Amino acid sequence: MSERFIDNYTINFGPQHPAAHGVLRLVLEMDGEIVERADPHIGLLHRGTEKLIEHKTFLQSVPYFDRLDYSCPINQEHAFALAVESLLDCEVPKRAQYIRVLFSEIGRIGNHLLNLSAMALDVGAMTPYFYGFDEREELMQFQERASGARLHSAYIRPGGVAIDIPDQLLKDIYTWNNRFPKFIDDFEGLLTENRIFKQRTVDVAPVTAEDALDWGFTGPMLRAAGVVWDLRKNQPYEVYNELDFDIPVGKTGDCYERYLVRVQEMRQCVRIINQCIEKIPDGPIKVDDNKIAPPKREEMKKSMEALIHHFKLYTEGYHVPAGEVYRCVEAPKGEFGVYLVTDGSNKPYRCKIRAPGFAHLQAMDYTSRGTMLADTVANLASMDIVFGEIDR
Amino acid sequence: MTNLETTEISEHITSAMSDSITRTELINNDLTIYTSADNIEKLLKFLKDDTQCRFEILLDICGVDYPEREFRFEVVYHLLSISNNQRVRVKVSVREGEYVPSIVWIFSSAGWFERETWDLFGIYFDGNQDLRRILTDYGFDGHPLRKDFPLTGFVELRYDDEQKRVVYEPVQLMQEFRRFDFMSPWEGAEYILPGDEKAEDK
Repeated sequence: MSERFIDNYTINFGPQHPAAHGVLRLVLEMDGEIVERADPHIGLLHRGTEKLIEHKTFLQSVPYFDRLDYSCPINQEHAFALAVESLLDCEVPKRAQYIRVLFSEIGRIGNHLLNLSAMALDVGAMTPYFYGFDEREELMQFQERASGARLHSAYIRPGGVAIDIPDQLLKDIYTWNNRFPKFIDDFEGLLTENRIFKQRTVDVAPVTAEDALDWGFTGPMLRAAGVVWDLRKNQPYEVYNELDFDIPVGKTGDCYERYLVRVQEMRQCVRIINQCIEKIPDGPIKVDDNKIAPPKREEMKKSMEALIHHFKLYTEGYHVPAGEVYRCVEAPKGEFGVYLVTDGSNKPYRCKIRAPGFAHLQAMDYTSRGTMLADTVANLASMDIVFGEIDR
Repeated sequence: MTNLETTEISEHITSAMSDSITRTELINNDLTIYTSADNIEKLLKFLKDDTQCRFEILLDICGVDYPEREFRFEVVYHLLSISNNQRVRVKVSVREGEYVPSIVWIFSSAGWFERETWDLFGIYFDGNQDLRRILTDYGFDGHPLRKDFPLTGFVELRYDDEQKRVVYEPVQLMQEFRRFDFMSPWEGAEYILPGDEKAEDK
């Protein structure tokens, strides 16, 4: 029989595909079952966040950050708040810092639960998805009890947090937190040594430490490749330097390693949350400067000045001194940064959002070359892609 | 990260690359290096490879638009050194229509960042093999993050039931974009208050 040549053909993956984690259009050039080239088309969820922020006051800009990476909204507000505070040169009270860290870590667990269970779903395991979302629901309720909203909380605001949290909430988080490690054990029992799961993920799309740096990886993607780097440890912000936790680091940088790093990170989050609840002091939750943070409602009933401050804050907003700053947080997906340029008015002149997923997805072409089509799905899932932040 | 280390690095970079640096500055403890488009490749290559700098990660490239300046755009590079726990910001000013050399050959991650800057600001990166639009729609016209691009854009789209497809139409606003000017009249507003224009006529 004579040899037959088969031309490469192109597969259009998405934009509406359950494994595309949102609206990713992936154009795959295939040689049989092998991916020759992957060309992600993004921007299908582009909403012009950066342009909109240029037309809003600083306080009005906060909710846009919830809508970036909608699986961990609070972590992103945090980066924006840090940037604005650094320009305003204001010190946030201790209690607010603890609340911020507490909810950042709750956000991190929530994000990892979503990602890991969706990853399991993508490689064929249905059950962890339901278990994972059950726990995630509890976390959403904690967020709701603190801020009033399950997802778009607008809770961390420049100058502190929006409102104080009741003691009962802390107790409930504590109870939940101490039962959660049992859940991680169960979850790991379903996946970590699961033969099918390992077949689908071990040694799939490995990334070396050198390449991870070259492609601008951050967060779990970078740590899975064996680079010890976590902003919470290396460039601590808020109260992270007062807390005791470890940074899980992988070796091979393949999909399985990324999964393991995230699972271990959840265990560290549990430690951080416990310490936060034990150490959280009483006190104010926003700066005592009514030019930045609004006065208390009861104060407004009595004081004319407080009323004026409130009115001015919610109409004109505060003016931020001219300058520029880049501040970042260790978001669950990696380094989430905000580069803020101000001109002294009440609106940002330019607000560039540095989304970790953008750099990760860019490496899709590099990581999936030479892999099978089915591996693309595992690879994509392990990158923890959320299009809210990539498309902005 | 202490200030001392930052100043040390700053001095090291200034002495080694004095011919390709315009000036350096510490803004909010962030080291900022100003350079020109001709020298950007040389400088970034140095920052990545020099044993004392070792800025291994290119975190971000973004543009900033200053329409009133002669060099209208600023291209801002953010670098991170994991070995030294340092950050640096490099800035290049370009005129409208001028190009910046691409740095994809130094940092692979630059590819999409440059595409994004091209898409949103129209700054051309010479040497980027894949300089397509990235965030905006297929066939989009204009560069939306420029200050002279209106917030509403120029076109809107809707599904046309007769043609059975999505069609673009010039944007029609039911209400003008409400730009509240909150400048206090007591602090000296820079605009004419409603009604005051009549007083000038007399």
